[in-house]
Amino acid sequence: MKHSTRRGLAAGAFALSAALVLAACSSSDDSGDTGSDAGGDELTEVKLQLQWLPQGQFAGYFAAVENGYFEEEGLEVEIIPSGGDIVPQDALANGDVDYAIAWVPKVLGSIEAGANLTNIAQIFQRSGTLQVSWADSDISSVADFEGKKIGSWGFGNEWEIFAAMAAEGLDSSTVEIITQDFNMNAFLQGDIDAAQAMTYNEYAQLLETPNPDTGELYTADDFNVISYQDTVGAMLQDAIWADTERLESDVEYQETTVAFLKAVIKGWEFARDNPEEASSITIAAGSGWGPSHELWMVNETNKLIWPAPAGIGVIDEAAWDQTVEGALSAVNEVGASPITTEPPSTAWTNEYIEQAIAELGDEVDTTGDSFEPIEVELLEGGN
Amino acid sequence: MTGTLQEQQATDAAQAAAVPGRAPAPGGRRRRSGGRQAARWVWGVAGILLVAVVWELYKWLAPADGVLIGETRVLPRTTDLAMPHVWDMLARLGEPVTRAPGANVLWLEIALAALVTLGIAAAGWLVGVIVGIGLALVMQRWRLAEWGLLPWIIVSQTVPLIAFAPVVRSWGSRVEIGAFEWQDWMSVALIASYLAFFPIAVGALKGLQSPDRIHTELMKTYAAGYWQTLFRLRFPAAVPYLLPALRLGAANAVIGAVVAEVSTGLQGGIGRLLIQFAGQASGDPAKAWAPIFGAIVLGLVAAGSIALLGVILKNYRRVEVTA
Repeated sequence: MKHSTRRGLAAGAFALSAALVLAACSSSDDSGDTGSDAGGDELTEVKLQLQWLPQGQFAGYFAAVENGYFEEEGLEVEIIPSGGDIVPQDALANGDVDYAIAWVPKVLGSIEAGANLTNIAQIFQRSGTLQVSWADSDISSVADFEGKKIGSWGFGNEWEIFAAMAAEGLDSSTVEIITQDFNMNAFLQGDIDAAQAMTYNEYAQLLETPNPDTGELYTADDFNVISYQDTVGAMLQDAIWADTERLESDVEYQETTVAFLKAVIKGWEFARDNPEEASSITIAAGSGWGPSHELWMVNETNKLIWPAPAGIGVIDEAAWDQTVEGALSAVNEVGASPITTEPPSTAWTNEYIEQAIAELGDEVDTTGDSFEPIEVELLEGGN
Repeated sequence: MTGTLQEQQATDAAQAAAVPGRAPAPGGRRRRSGGRQAARWVWGVAGILLVAVVWELYKWLAPADGVLIGETRVLPRTTDLAMPHVWDMLARLGEPVTRAPGANVLWLEIALAALVTLGIAAAGWLVGVIVGIGLALVMQRWRLAEWGLLPWIIVSQTVPLIAFAPVVRSWGSRVEIGAFEWQDWMSVALIASYLAFFPIAVGALKGLQSPDRIHTELMKTYAAGYWQTLFRLRFPAAVPYLLPALRLGAANAVIGAVVAEVSTGLQGGIGRLLIQFAGQASGDPAKAWAPIFGAIVLGLVAAGSIALLGVILKNYRRVEVTA
C-alpha cells in the first residue's frame, strides 16, 4: 500500500506542476490579448515593429497608444518589440508588419540588398551616438582613435564610427574594433579605450554607476564625450519606414499612413510636454528600466527630436545626403560598406508627413520651437 | 480469461525485456531509509554552498584583474562589477526590481517570468514528445522510414537558432485560421519543441527497438498483433530509454524557450529579463545575476518534473539507459 500512496503523491505532484504550467500558459495568453477587445470593428489594424525592447526611445508611440491618439485616427496599433535577432526592416519587407522603426544607414543597406522600403518620417532629427572615453585619456576627437581600442555594437550600429574615421583619413585597420555588450562593463574595466554610447541609454548607464574609488556615482567630468552629431560621420537614426509598393498602389495604406503619422506626432508632442508621464507610460508598457533612467531616456530622446524647425518627422535633404555620403564612405573592419551606390529616389518621401502636419494644423505644435529639456537626476542603477 | 492470461504473459515478457539479466530483487532498493534520503538533500545543499564558497574564495584571493596568460585572460576579473558578492546577489533578490511604485520584489519578478517560460517550454516539450514519439513509431515500424528520416532529424539540429527564430516568427505572424490567431509565445514554444523532439525521437526509437528477438518472437507465438506488441512489449521496454530522453528533451525545451525569448524579444519570460537586466549590469551588477539563477531553477524544475514522471512509471524502469 505504501508504494501506491507514494505513487499517488507523485502523480498528484506531476498533475500539479502540469496545472501550474498550463495556468502560466493561459495567463500569458490573456496578457497578449488585452487591447484587441478595446477596438471596435471599424478600426484599422496596424502593426509597428520597434528596433529594440520597449524603452523611452519609443515613448511617443507608447504615449499615442495609451492616450488613444491612434484610435482617434481610426487605427488599432500593435507595437511589436524586437529582440536580439528580429531586424525591423526585414520584418517590414516580409510583410509581417505595416511600419517599422529603424536607423537610416541600416535600412539603406537592406534597400540595396533588394528590400523595397520608404522613409516616411524622420523622427530623430539628430544623431544620438557618442564615443565615450575617460577624461584623463588622450582621446578627445575622432582623429585620436588611431591605434586605440574602439568599442562598437556592430549589427549596423557602427557606420557612424567608420564614416567619421574615413573623414579623418583613418581606416578601420588603424584601430582595434571591440564588440560591445549590452552594458558598459567592458569600458569601465578598461577593455575598451572609447566606447560607443547613446546619449539616451549607455551614457546614462555610466552616470548611474558608482566609482569604486570614491563610492560616488561617476559624473560627466569623468569622461570625454565625442558626439557624432558634431562630425561629418553623423547619420540619421530612428525613422519610420513603410512598404514602398503598398505606398504606390494601395490607397487605403496611403490614408492609413497619414492617419498613423498624425497620431505619432501627437504622441511625441505629448512626450515632449509631459516627459514624466511619458516615462511612466513606457514603464507600464513593459520597459524594464528604473524610473530615473527611463525619464533620462525620454528627455534625451526629446532633445534628438525637438525643436524640429521644418516640423517633426520632415526629412532634411541635407542630412539625408550626408547620411548617404557617410554610408558610401564608411568601411568596416572586414572591408564592407553599408551601401555601394546611391539609394533609389523611393527611399524617402516627405509627402505623408507633410500632409499629416498640414491636417493637424494649429491643433498641434509640430515644430516645438520653445522646447526646453528638463533636468534629470540619475540615481544608482537607474532606479 | 485467455485475454488476461495473455496480458499477464505479455507483461512478464516486457519486464524481462526491460531488465536484461534481471535486476536485483525489487524492494531492496526501493525501501530507501529516511536517513539516506536526508543525506542526499544535505549533500545537494552542501554542493551549492561549496560553489558559493569557491566563488568568494576566488574573489578574495585572485587579483582584481583576473589571471592573464600573455594577453589572454584565462580566469575572470574579481571586481564587484564582474563578480558581485554572493550575499549582494542574494540581498538584491529581496529588493524591488526598480524604484517605480508598484514594482515587484526582484525574486517575485523572476519567479513570475520563470513560470511564463516554464509554461512555454512545457507546451514546446509536449509538442516535442508527440512529434518525437510519432517519428520513432514510424521509424520503428518501417526500416525504410528509419533510413530516410533519421538523417533529416539529425540535420534539423544543425540549423542555427539565430537563423531559425526570425523565420518562425515571420511565418507565425501570417497564420490566422478562423478565430485562431498565432500568438508570439507560440513561436517560442515551436522553437522549444524543435530542440526538444530530437533526443525524444532518438531515445524512443532506441527503446522501441530494444526488445530482444526472443521477446518479439514470444509475442508472435501468442498471436499478438502489432498494436498489442506495441503496448504490451515495446512501450514498457522503451521506458528506461524514454525517461532520460524526456529529461534531455525537457532541458532542451527550456534552453530553446529562453534563447527564443531573447531572440524574438517576447515579453514576460526569463529570456527577456536576461537581456533587460544585462543592460543594467553596469550600475546594478547583482541584478543581472538574478535571471541567471531563475533560469537555473527553471531547468531544475523541468528536469524534476520528469523525475516525478519516472516515479509513476517506476515498474518499468529497473535499468536506466542513457539516450
